[in-house]
Amino acid sequence: MNLLTKMKKPKQTHVPSTNYFDLLSEEIVFSILDFLDDNPLDKKSFSLVCKSFYTTESLHRRALKPLRSEHLTKILHRYPCITNLDLSLCPRIDDSSLTVISNVCKNMLRSIDLSRTKFFTHVGLSNLVLNCVNLVDIDLSNATELKDPAAAAIAEAKNLERLWLRRCKAITDIGIGCVAVGCKKLRLISLKWCLGIGDLGVGLIAVKCKEIRSLDLSYLPLYVKLWTEDLVTYAGLVITMPAVGLEITKNCLLPILELQYLEDLFLEGCFGIDDDSLAALKKGCKSLETLDMSSCQNVSHVGLSSLTSDTACLRQLILAYGSPVTLALADSLQKLSMLQSIKLDGCLVTCPGLKAIGNWCISLRELSLSKCLGVTDEGLSSLVTKHKDLRKLDVTCCRKITHVSIAHITNLCTSLTSLRMESCTLVSRESFVLIGQRCQCLEELDLTDNEIDDEGLKSISRCSKLSNLKLGICLNITDGGLAHIGLCCSQLIELDLYRSAGIMDTGILAIARGCPGLEMVNIAYCTEITDHSLMSLSRCSKLNTLETRGCPLITSLGLAAIAVGCKQLAKLDTKKCYNIDDAGMIPLAHFSQNLRQINLSYSSVTDVGLLSLASISCLQSMTILHLKGLTPSGLAAALLACVGLTKVKLQESFKSLLPRLLFEHLEARGCVFQWRDKVFQIIEMALRSTFYYLQAEVDPIFWKLQLEDVE
Amino acid sequence: MIGRIDQQFPGFNQRPETPPSAAFNPNSQLKIPDASKTQDWDPRTMLSNLSFLEDKIHQLQDLVHLIVGRRAEVVGRSNEFVPQQQQLITADLTSIIVQLISTAGSLLPSSKHSLPSVTPIVTQLGQLDGGLFPTGSGLNGFVPPHNGVSKVEDQSNQIDPTNVCGPEQNYSVEENESKDEEDADDGENLPPGSYEILQLEKEEILAPHTHFCVICGKGFKRDANLRMHMRGHGDEYKTPAALAKPHKESNSEPMLIKRYSCPYVGCKRNKDHKKFQPLKTILCVKNHYKRTHCYKSYTCSRCNTKKFSVLADLKTHEKHCGRDKWLCSCGTTFSRKDKLFGHIALFQGHSPAIPSDETKGLAGHSDRGEIDEAPNKVARLDFNFSSDTSIEGGIHNATNSKGSVDDPTGYFSPLNFDTCNFNGFREFSRNPFDDSESSFSFLISGSCKYPGKTGEEPGSNDLQR
Repeated sequence: MNLLTKMKKPKQTHVPSTNYFDLLSEEIVFSILDFLDDNPLDKKSFSLVCKSFYTTESLHRRALKPLRSEHLTKILHRYPCITNLDLSLCPRIDDSSLTVISNVCKNMLRSIDLSRTKFFTHVGLSNLVLNCVNLVDIDLSNATELKDPAAAAIAEAKNLERLWLRRCKAITDIGIGCVAVGCKKLRLISLKWCLGIGDLGVGLIAVKCKEIRSLDLSYLPLYVKLWTEDLVTYAGLVITMPAVGLEITKNCLLPILELQYLEDLFLEGCFGIDDDSLAALKKGCKSLETLDMSSCQNVSHVGLSSLTSDTACLRQLILAYGSPVTLALADSLQKLSMLQSIKLDGCLVTCPGLKAIGNWCISLRELSLSKCLGVTDEGLSSLVTKHKDLRKLDVTCCRKITHVSIAHITNLCTSLTSLRMESCTLVSRESFVLIGQRCQCLEELDLTDNEIDDEGLKSISRCSKLSNLKLGICLNITDGGLAHIGLCCSQLIELDLYRSAGIMDTGILAIARGCPGLEMVNIAYCTEITDHSLMSLSRCSKLNTLETRGCPLITSLGLAAIAVGCKQLAKLDTKKCYNIDDAGMIPLAHFSQNLRQINLSYSSVTDVGLLSLASISCLQSMTILHLKGLTPSGLAAALLACVGLTKVKLQESFKSLLPRLLFEHLEARGCVFQWRDKVFQIIEMALRSTFYYLQAEVDPIFWKLQLEDVE
Repeated sequence: MIGRIDQQFPGFNQRPETPPSAAFNPNSQLKIPDASKTQDWDPRTMLSNLSFLEDKIHQLQDLVHLIVGRRAEVVGRSNEFVPQQQQLITADLTSIIVQLISTAGSLLPSSKHSLPSVTPIVTQLGQLDGGLFPTGSGLNGFVPPHNGVSKVEDQSNQIDPTNVCGPEQNYSVEENESKDEEDADDGENLPPGSYEILQLEKEEILAPHTHFCVICGKGFKRDANLRMHMRGHGDEYKTPAALAKPHKESNSEPMLIKRYSCPYVGCKRNKDHKKFQPLKTILCVKNHYKRTHCYKSYTCSRCNTKKFSVLADLKTHEKHCGRDKWLCSCGTTFSRKDKLFGHIALFQGHSPAIPSDETKGLAGHSDRGEIDEAPNKVARLDFNFSSDTSIEGGIHNATNSKGSVDDPTGYFSPLNFDTCNFNGFREFSRNPFDDSESSFSFLISGSCKYPGKTGEEPGSNDLQR
């Protein structure tokens, strides 16, 4: 686009009357603009070309994600066709901001995201909802201050279809009752962590909102009990009374299961639900496609089979951290003929249970056994024999499996696209060669903390579609193996080399050359890496996340190269890069205009460097622990100057060194402070010239040995 | 105030007497607690009664003092409270007089009388808690949960056409609870003619007492209480025969069942009504007549909105008024949350209402119409106010921080922060529509305006337009 800008300008000066773009209809220009989605700056360049381009772009834009609320009026007037407004990056949205939005956007607005923003009240919400009558989506997640009046204000949004209220802890049954009555068209509602809402509110939603498709009730304090007996204890007295009528008011699950269109039901961590209540319901939900009953420790196969009795079209079942996966459980789920995905993370797994799953008539696409205890070669091998169509397999931390399992998996499930096998420490080096030979469709591969070596990497480089590769704590790999990946896996987007000590600059160079689409790179604690690596990575123009923790050889020079080359950089972690100083901050401040999050702890940055970062308008999160050169006044200046800050991690000591009113002021601006009082150990120790300690911190092999000692 | 006097009433019913002697009436079917409390004249009891009365008069004196003082304060508004205060004092005085007479009555010579009784003992039991002096016995305290369900239905299909006295439609659960009393016979379906219809006149119904002591003249609402009272007039009233219900003992032949008609023409409970439904007891007649055809003269002193024509209803209401009140947008209140939700689940368009102190300017529910308009306006006013003040705060600070750019040392001096923040604080503490919850948020909105202005003044000024 920049090219276009340059070309266009001289043309206009020479022949001002003819603009070929005038010949194109608006629709055509709009569809061209539809393709400019990758980099937000492209559209900006386009709009800067000329007035007509400016107008076209203004009319084309539908979605907006502003960084500050101060300019809302101007922005909203510039873009009159905005339908989707995402305010999650604004640290502060108060009632006046919402009033501005409601007065400018009026009927155009269909979706608004207010998650992560604070300071607005029910008054602003009420204005918004009354003026923007076509609102379909509202996300109010994390609005922990909002109370029932806010929910009552939302209830006036008669056209609302999707409502997220995650972690709105202060809203009670009364508030959600208002929503249930007011928002008749609701299709999705998420009440995860709404601890103030119980059976009554949920029950009313199910009674009043018949259109519900997706219902998230995770971690709600539901006490689903059936009043099956006539004896009811009330205030210490036992009285006989008819149980009829009580069932409806007491058990909110009944109306939920009667919802005609319900597709997704999330009941994660609903400890009040147990087998008895589910079995007593004798009812399933016909339309259900996704069911999440993770962490429901009181639900075993008995309750589950009751709940899934009528459920013919269930596709996804999530039973993580639940009751043991036994033969009974596996058998109870046998009837689910449409099941494609099952997640059993963190469950105790028995061999007969896995074998029974292997005997199901259906062929699973997705299976997750992450952190399951009891997964053995025998169980896993017999499981995969039937499920040859498996696309995604997660065996993270199944520490008992060996080469046998991997041989079976690679032999049968050749169409695997995702394999996650972090910390399968018994799997031998040869197994990884098999993975590369047989599963060439792999797109995601997590080999963190495994015994893979360069031979394995060479074999894996055959997976040409690989986009996400995690090689953290793989101590056997070196630059030679990584070079193969760089040569063949050109689609790589994410690469994790955390504490893979054998990697040096040449390996990174090969990767940077071969994988231009890299977006996330982690080279933390690869102690041999120098500025050369950063310079080579600077050619990856899409890079948005870089972590270089504990790379002591990296200096400001390398960081400057990254800043210049990787304009998309949004997250940067240079903790314990002792040689990075203010000289690195200045190019960063100048070029990395997309930087949102930075960690500068233990680096040599001082007041000046920190203050210069204020020119990055979207900087939101800063971790600045143990900066030697940071003075209280410098910190205060930087904090005041970085207007968009929402989260700052600081040393406890600054709390007393700066006026309390400063912090109150910053908090009112929308910034949250996290205070840390960890001892300044590493540098102190290094200063004592005890090489040993430094070694302990940064040397991966030593680190792993330490870890094993702890275990 | 009323609450305090309330608590004194039980004292009258449960006069400090010696413990009941269970052996006295072994075959008595009376189950009223008073039934077993009977003994000769006891000077100690008399003394305690008298000292109790003394206390009572002192309290009343205090109350009158208080009213006099308050009347002097609010001359203009006093009118609306006058009837209430009079009521209060009258009620208190009456109870003192009654107590005095009954104390004195125990000294009088006794004579025997046959006691006319109309109310069967079973209903008397039921009436205990509906009486003038609720004793707070267990009978009244517990309401079985299933009652509520029937009550809600009750309300839906019982639209009383004769409810002409009170313009307000504020039914409360408490009211309905006692309504059950008169509706209890609905399912009875006695064939016409199988019972005798009695119709008391309006004056009779509204007379405070129906049973009078022939010796001392004290009036009672219940025959059983009169009989209890008679024991104090002499030993001849203490025999089981005198204490027992006269009818069942004396008349062995079956009596025709008695049912009652309301004297109000056109009422469903009037015998001339097409779908006449008789009332079971005299108390039912009284409560029905007062509730449906009389002015609701008792106003709740807490909420000042609810009105009742039966004092007991007021007292039951006052027990719950203000706390644990679950409110529906239609104005119905519930003592329990699940009852409210059951109600809302049942009716279209009803929704939970948020107590006014919590909303304070919530855009109202359409159902409630005009009543909500007022707080709505307040909210808007409120809101404008906050943004106005923030302009001041904003500009003030914008200059502040601009000045400090030139002078880096001044930038961080705590003094600067002081002035900014205090400015914000002062502005908002003046807010006339202030309440605890919203004042906090306004305070923040005010104090935050200024930082944003460091360089972006035009943008934020736009906000105010």
